[in-house]
Amino acid sequence: MQKNIKLMQGNEACVEGALAAGVTFFAGYPITPSTEIAEILAMRLPKIGGKFIQMEDEIAGMAATIGGSLAGHKSMTATSGPGLSLKQENFGYALMAEIPCVVVDVMRGGPSTGLPTATSQEDVMQARWGTHGDHAVIALAPYSVQDTYYTTIKAFNLAEKYSMPVLVLLDEVIGHMREKIEIPEKIEGIEPRKTPNGDKENYLPYEAAPDKGPILAPFGSGYRYHVTGLAHDFTGFPTTDAKKVKYLKDRLRDKVYKNLDDIVEVEEINTDDIDLLVVAYGSISRSAASAVEEAREAGLKVGLLRLKTIWPFADMYIDKYADKVKAMIVPEQNQGQIVYEVERVVAGRAKVYAENRYDGELMTPQQILDRVKEVYTNA
Amino acid sequence: MLNDLKHHLREDKMSHILCPGCGHGTIMNALVHSIDELDLDKDKTVIVSGIGCSSRIPGYLNFNTLHTTHGRALAFATGIKLANPELKVIVITGDGDASAIGGNHLIHACRRNIDITTIIFNNNIYGMTSGQFSPMTPVGSYATTAPYGNIDRGFDLCNLAIGAGATYVARGTAYHVSMLTKLITEAVSSKGFSVVEAVSHCPTYYGRRNQLKDAVTMLEWQKDHAMPAKAFEKLPEEKTKGKFPIGVLHDKPAPEYCEEYQKIIDAQKEDN
Repeated sequence: MQKNIKLMQGNEACVEGALAAGVTFFAGYPITPSTEIAEILAMRLPKIGGKFIQMEDEIAGMAATIGGSLAGHKSMTATSGPGLSLKQENFGYALMAEIPCVVVDVMRGGPSTGLPTATSQEDVMQARWGTHGDHAVIALAPYSVQDTYYTTIKAFNLAEKYSMPVLVLLDEVIGHMREKIEIPEKIEGIEPRKTPNGDKENYLPYEAAPDKGPILAPFGSGYRYHVTGLAHDFTGFPTTDAKKVKYLKDRLRDKVYKNLDDIVEVEEINTDDIDLLVVAYGSISRSAASAVEEAREAGLKVGLLRLKTIWPFADMYIDKYADKVKAMIVPEQNQGQIVYEVERVVAGRAKVYAENRYDGELMTPQQILDRVKEVYTNA
Repeated sequence: MLNDLKHHLREDKMSHILCPGCGHGTIMNALVHSIDELDLDKDKTVIVSGIGCSSRIPGYLNFNTLHTTHGRALAFATGIKLANPELKVIVITGDGDASAIGGNHLIHACRRNIDITTIIFNNNIYGMTSGQFSPMTPVGSYATTAPYGNIDRGFDLCNLAIGAGATYVARGTAYHVSMLTKLITEAVSSKGFSVVEAVSHCPTYYGRRNQLKDAVTMLEWQKDHAMPAKAFEKLPEEKTKGKFPIGVLHDKPAPEYCEEYQKIIDAQKEDN
């Protein structure tokens, strides 16, 4: 059989992945460099009976995405840093009310309007802590057009499985780069929208095991219940009962942090017998892969840990290498964000160095290679 | 009669949070009577609210209910309605929720003409946060954040809704409760985006500071200052000064958003 091979942008691959995962609802607001995602879905969704709506602002885009999900659709929105700032209010609502949906952030340089058409990885901490209050998040970062396709599918699967919003962080350069991609005929393991099947009268929408998400019925399916952003009990109604509040907040954390093996994904490249580990994600992990390859050819014992899940952080993988290597280098397209997570886990067991670029131009393999050589010599 | 309506309520979620004398309960009562009269299918009815005193009301109503973020109820409701147009969607919001923080969503929901009914509980004050002025607080009134008198000019939410494109717009009061019920019934029945401004009263945080000593005085104020819309339109300005029109202010159908979107689906569907 002939393979379905195409040349497309990361933003297009994101749409293809979303459609393969079953998206039928999109609400958003135009913003560079994510707009192609909205444009293509405006074209594609009605063709499959799905719905697209351009809302009046980013806040409304997130709200309507949640509304679409509550009505039973697999639902998504797409934005960039400034838009994600505005979406944080209702992103937090989706975390608290446990509404499955996917939020794509095609990252550009900031702060503020910043560099609308230039690449960055400056939103990784916004992804983690952008909305107020204690919370766990899931954020994934693909490194190629092909990977964007599969990562978007994974984001939908995790959103449905854990009943929560999931972020996909694309660097602008991934969103706009054109590459070869193979779209498979069929995708296995698509997580369906869960629906309750018990007694409608005694339905407890937010009753869930301490490490699981709830099973929320679509509005209109006959299970009538209440959804709120207030702290709530199993019934979904507000409560200030300290025990119930604690159970909810622990569960919102633990449904993510007690399922790390399922959620956290990395690629370990050339990491047997190493003195130095490069930790990178997104587009920069490709510059890093080239640098590591060249360093290997020069006889340096260097490996690459590519983070594909940014949040929850891959503590267990950093921990695994912390005692084995002399140093770690964390190249990022920002002034240093994930490097602090690496430092936290390493906790002094190895030296940790940041390598950064944040002027809108993509970090080259040479920049990383030079740093690898410098650190390697001095380590 | 009252017992016949109880199935619309979640009695186990009461007592409610509203203060003694609050007008919101009366407006909720009018809404429940309308829902009963229209015989809406509970499973297919969604009631959405924002944040504030009135926005806590959906919790007491036995439907699919969604208590969202401040000002955003209409944006959530738009997602629900477009995703499943079979659902009857009613939004409950307050004057601060609808006209200040949610003003943009109100304008664009009107413009889009999506089939949602919005009931704005207008008590001229932020009650939940204990009495700050809202865009609906009259000039010269006192509020905790207007201790020397309010200098912020208010505006007419119904005129805003008409100007923005809502197809059914009406104003009622907590005093004229049977008229209010009729207006809500018409609004929910009309296809397109409908707005009912329900003039309410907050004796606790507005009346107390503004020489309206109790709920009865505030209801009498509504009675004395409201004027049927038809009379209001005909009378010269000097006769309507200080009064506000109640009744149907605008009723003019226009293409409804979900139906227009369905036409696109029908034309574009791949199996055609």
